[in-house]
Amino acid sequence: MSSDSAQQLAANRSRLIKDKLAKYGVTLGGTMVLVALLLIFFYLLYVVEPIFRSVELDPQQQFDLPGKGQTLVMGMEEQSEVGYRFTDSGEMIFFATQPKKAFDREPGDILLEEQVVGADEMVSFAKTLPVNHQYAVGTKDGKAWLFTPTFDVSFPGKAGGTEPKRLIEPKLTRLNDGKPLLIDQQHRALTKLAYETNDKAKLFVAQTADGKLISTFFETRSNFLTGVKTLVPHYNALTFEKPVDDLAIRPDLRQFMVLSGNQLQVFDVSISGQVTQGQRVDLKSKLLGKPERLQLLAGASSLLVAHKGGKVSQWFEVAGDQGREYQFIRSFKTAGEIKDIVVEYYRRTFYTVSDTGALDIFHTTSEADLYHDKPEGLSLSKVSVGPRANMLLTQSGDQLHLFRLHNEHPEVSWSGLWHKVWYEGYPEPTYTWQSTSGSDDFEPKFSLVPISFGTIKAAAYAMLFAVPIGLAAAVYTAYFMSPSIRKVVKPTVEIMEALPTVILGFLAGLWLAPLIEEYLPGIIAVLILLPAAIIGSAAIWSQFPERIRTKINDGRVSLLLIPVVVLVGWASFAMSPWLEHVLFDGNVRGYLTNELGINYDQRNSLVVGIAMGFAVIPTIFSIAEDAIFSVPKHLSNGSLALGATPWQTLMRVVLLTASPGIFSAVMMGLGRAVGETMIVLMATGNTPIMDWNIFEGMRTLSANIAVEMPESEVGSSHYRILFLAAFVLFIFTFIFNTVAEFVRQRLRDKYSSM
Amino acid sequence: MKNWFASGKPWIWMTAGSVSISLIAVLGLVMMIAWKGLSFFWPAQLHEMQVANTDGEVSTLIGEIYDSENIPLSRLSEAGITLEGYHEDRVTRLLMKIGNREYVPLDFTWIIKPLIKSDKTPDGLAKVERSKDGNFYGYVEDVLENGQSVVNDGNLRAVLAKRIARVQALNEQAHELQTDEIGSINYELNELRLTQRRLEMNNELTDAALAELEHKREQLHQRYQELEDKLFELRDRAKRDAVVIRDFRNKEVTLPMYEVIAITFPNDMNVLEKAGHFLAQIWGFVSEPPREANTEGGVFPAIFGTVFMVLLMSIIVTPFGVVAAIYLHEYAGKNAITKMIRIAVINLAGVPSIVYGVFGLGFFVYMVGGSIDQVFYPEALPSPTFGTPGVLWSAITLAILTLPVVIVSTEEGLSRIPSSVREGSLALGATKAETIWRIIVPMASPAIMTGLILAVARAAGEVAPLMLVGVVKSAPTLPVDGNFPYLHLDRKFMHLGFHIYDVGFQSPNVEAARPLVYATSFLLVTVIVGLNLTAIGVRNHLREKFRTLDQ
Repeated sequence: MSSDSAQQLAANRSRLIKDKLAKYGVTLGGTMVLVALLLIFFYLLYVVEPIFRSVELDPQQQFDLPGKGQTLVMGMEEQSEVGYRFTDSGEMIFFATQPKKAFDREPGDILLEEQVVGADEMVSFAKTLPVNHQYAVGTKDGKAWLFTPTFDVSFPGKAGGTEPKRLIEPKLTRLNDGKPLLIDQQHRALTKLAYETNDKAKLFVAQTADGKLISTFFETRSNFLTGVKTLVPHYNALTFEKPVDDLAIRPDLRQFMVLSGNQLQVFDVSISGQVTQGQRVDLKSKLLGKPERLQLLAGASSLLVAHKGGKVSQWFEVAGDQGREYQFIRSFKTAGEIKDIVVEYYRRTFYTVSDTGALDIFHTTSEADLYHDKPEGLSLSKVSVGPRANMLLTQSGDQLHLFRLHNEHPEVSWSGLWHKVWYEGYPEPTYTWQSTSGSDDFEPKFSLVPISFGTIKAAAYAMLFAVPIGLAAAVYTAYFMSPSIRKVVKPTVEIMEALPTVILGFLAGLWLAPLIEEYLPGIIAVLILLPAAIIGSAAIWSQFPERIRTKINDGRVSLLLIPVVVLVGWASFAMSPWLEHVLFDGNVRGYLTNELGINYDQRNSLVVGIAMGFAVIPTIFSIAEDAIFSVPKHLSNGSLALGATPWQTLMRVVLLTASPGIFSAVMMGLGRAVGETMIVLMATGNTPIMDWNIFEGMRTLSANIAVEMPESEVGSSHYRILFLAAFVLFIFTFIFNTVAEFVRQRLRDKYSSM
Repeated sequence: MKNWFASGKPWIWMTAGSVSISLIAVLGLVMMIAWKGLSFFWPAQLHEMQVANTDGEVSTLIGEIYDSENIPLSRLSEAGITLEGYHEDRVTRLLMKIGNREYVPLDFTWIIKPLIKSDKTPDGLAKVERSKDGNFYGYVEDVLENGQSVVNDGNLRAVLAKRIARVQALNEQAHELQTDEIGSINYELNELRLTQRRLEMNNELTDAALAELEHKREQLHQRYQELEDKLFELRDRAKRDAVVIRDFRNKEVTLPMYEVIAITFPNDMNVLEKAGHFLAQIWGFVSEPPREANTEGGVFPAIFGTVFMVLLMSIIVTPFGVVAAIYLHEYAGKNAITKMIRIAVINLAGVPSIVYGVFGLGFFVYMVGGSIDQVFYPEALPSPTFGTPGVLWSAITLAILTLPVVIVSTEEGLSRIPSSVREGSLALGATKAETIWRIIVPMASPAIMTGLILAVARAAGEVAPLMLVGVVKSAPTLPVDGNFPYLHLDRKFMHLGFHIYDVGFQSPNVEAARPLVYATSFLLVTVIVGLNLTAIGVRNHLREKFRTLDQ
């Protein structure tokens, strides 16, 4: 007996433990729902967050300036393991920037030192844009030496079984077979020089010792038989008498600019090297200070001008009355007088060093002042950015510092996403979404405004269609319809909710859109005739004998109206051609475009409104119907007993009581319309335009994600902005749903007290 | 009249009209999809027409009429076509599928009705379905074996049927050989490569292991050779026969038999034969893989992919949904956390599906999948195994998406169980867990079923998130096959909903694909409406049951 109870006790204990375990397990399972929602929220945020992070500089190495002389230019190779500097004594010095134990390298170790040109010969120096990384030295006898740093990458030590190590060996490569090019036929010293190249040609612009401006164009010709390439020079002496402050050449070699005092003279270069004077730009007109130097931005559509007083202005060509002309776009303020200005290899980011020693980092398009400080308290004199824009080499005094640069998304800023931005080549600031293009020089345009607008537009037209029908149907079904019919109607409308939106989208795009295009007058006729016909039928019905009217009471009117609606719909479509002929001369689209100036796209907002309205109606219907149906019966009965008509009771009592529920129904419907993807994807042209025109399409946030997400590179700005779009959608719908839910909760509490 | 308006009657009628419009819209839509989807399978009459072009030249066209529309005459004149002696405002034109893609620029053509000189539907016109280049229309004239005619006195149809059966059997064998056996050899070869890579990475690649791998590889190559020879032999045998067809140009064209899938004579069929053909076509549609960039053939891989993904999703979503519902209804106190969980449920239901897709892509595919690849499949890198969209990630993503559906439905079921049942069980000494497990969950099982059915219906129709996390327009292999481990959860899959989007909007030949899209839509709508009706049925049944229990 005693052992029995002991056994029972043990069994009970294990049951209790199981009970406890079940409780914790279930609780954990229940909270998983919350966890899932929070996970979505925070994951989206986690992906989005880096685009708003500010620039950070992470000190890596510090070492003494290798070699002697003043630095004219500094640079680094791809991996930022080897740096180089070219000095005013005509020497190129390659040095290690990072320790490399395997090859006995310490930062600052000189790897190669080579005299490019004798210090006494060299009178001027020019560099190309970073992408071309070539340098030119002008000599006192009118020649130019061209050279470029090159790097051989090898993986020695693989045979030894150890992990292969990358070895980067620098080399100085002299172009043109190590011979100088003759720039000035009269062998004058080249006191100022500019040089730029592309795969077809090289262009030099120089000022000679006697103040003359010359340009020399080298055309690359390759021999068809031998494949040997030769450079054919075209010499131009220019009539430009003013003193030259700075020179710049566009990398497409179609233009160069000469800065002289406050004036910028643009010269156009033809394909064969002919030079003509172009636009003259007054750079001081904006009170920016005296212009001091020129720098082209990556992509080379924009010109940066550094001004006295520390301002940098951006200029690019804008189509105007006299063709494309340079125009002031925006300016940036640095800390003091600008001593060095450096651009990135591929992006529109530039770096300035001012005489206070502070570093400034700007991005032109996003107008962002990304960095404005003395890194580590250093007073800088020179700066250089690595090809991948992830490393920064700075000189301060006779010390070099290597920084890791965290600046992945300079082109994105909050204001750039939501405000008008003046993009290169555009006549004015615009809201534009254009994430990709075929060209390398393309500047991605990320404005969320047009696609947010598209979302709102699509949702608005859908609601315009869905709210009246959905709410009216809900009112009738809940309040007037006889219960036996309601039992059938409600599930039918619920089925409507279950229809896959891909099917609605497909029908909207391939069936409805051509139909509406064909029968546009018919569609408009339906909108007018249908209400008229319904009221008409009501009027006729009221004249019917009492006997018939009581048999089919108010609860069955909707069945009675089905043939009427079908008939009116059919009639409207049937007379559409006739209407078109009589009212619009047989061509509605022509009438819209020519007479009213309205564009007509086949896949337009009207199609989306109808199709998405169709998807939203059941959402609105079922929630609103529930709300109206659950209004306590004694309220409406009381009203009816006091002599109010059913309609008065509905308007003054029932709808008023149910109004929070109706509001929540509309909110839920709106949430659904905002997030709907497939219908808008298939039924609109997906063009990100901003226009309320009902006959034009749009591009919505959701469709934009669906179209572009599969092609975006993971971790890129584009990818993160698409996540931001998803996050915006999430927040939109979160607000709608939460508000709707709160309102509904309150309503429920109110009824339970009644 | 004023009184009548004041009584509100007209407005009541207006609200009634809204219900009528909704009903007409939903029923009309379903009926239209059904009609357009099903009529595609009904064998259409083949027409032989004499059509004049605008210069007055008369040519013969053979084909099926796909569509007709009534357009204003002005549209024709804009296109530079003038009809002489035709004085009405509008004109009917017919869309005709004329097939014979090798000999015409476009296999669909618009014919303006007044230009038709004669229109016949003669017996003996044949529709040849081919595995390449679409349909061919014409009169069957001869059947060839190695270039020699094998037809004598009128047994053409019988010979034709026999030869088609033979070539189909051969094609089937070849196909099986190719997909099953050769496919599995390729799979094993790839596995060997990965094994070698893995050994190499772990520094375990000894000479013995390498020799063994080489040996295995050699064996596989040998078997591959044998199978390939067999395959070529089958193909050669299939190439023996040919069929001669006289086409619309009145020229005899020899079509190789191995490209022929079926030859039918719709004009000779009676209604019964047509009905049989109709059913056979439907069966073919659901059981065959697509051909010619999804514009011909069936949708079997899409059905399979949809069902497989949905099953996987059900396995994931059911326990979570049920447990969450039990928590909310049986355990949760009235506190802030419960309130937050409820708001979370509502929001999970309301978040746009594309957001789930974005989340699934970033979190599951790139983050979780990428980590799995790092840990378990380093040998396959840089080509990803789980770090790329696939059926598992789709199922998980949709499981989160449908979680609220299961929760709401289950909770409703739980709330319908009278508390007396719970109290009775507890009074008899059962613990809460036992009560729930033994009494409540079995009683709520129909509600759980309802939730699951609704979740499945929702998942089957969802496309937007799948576009990001795993669906493709054409998957070379199904996620289930005969190669170990049989279930390949990392594979991409086809889906009915995406198939509609892809064929309808990305297809190179929209006219040819449109009936197929309607048919696919009909299939999808049938499945989803069927599931929903089942769910509604179960729910109503449940309500009735507990109503009696309550009394």
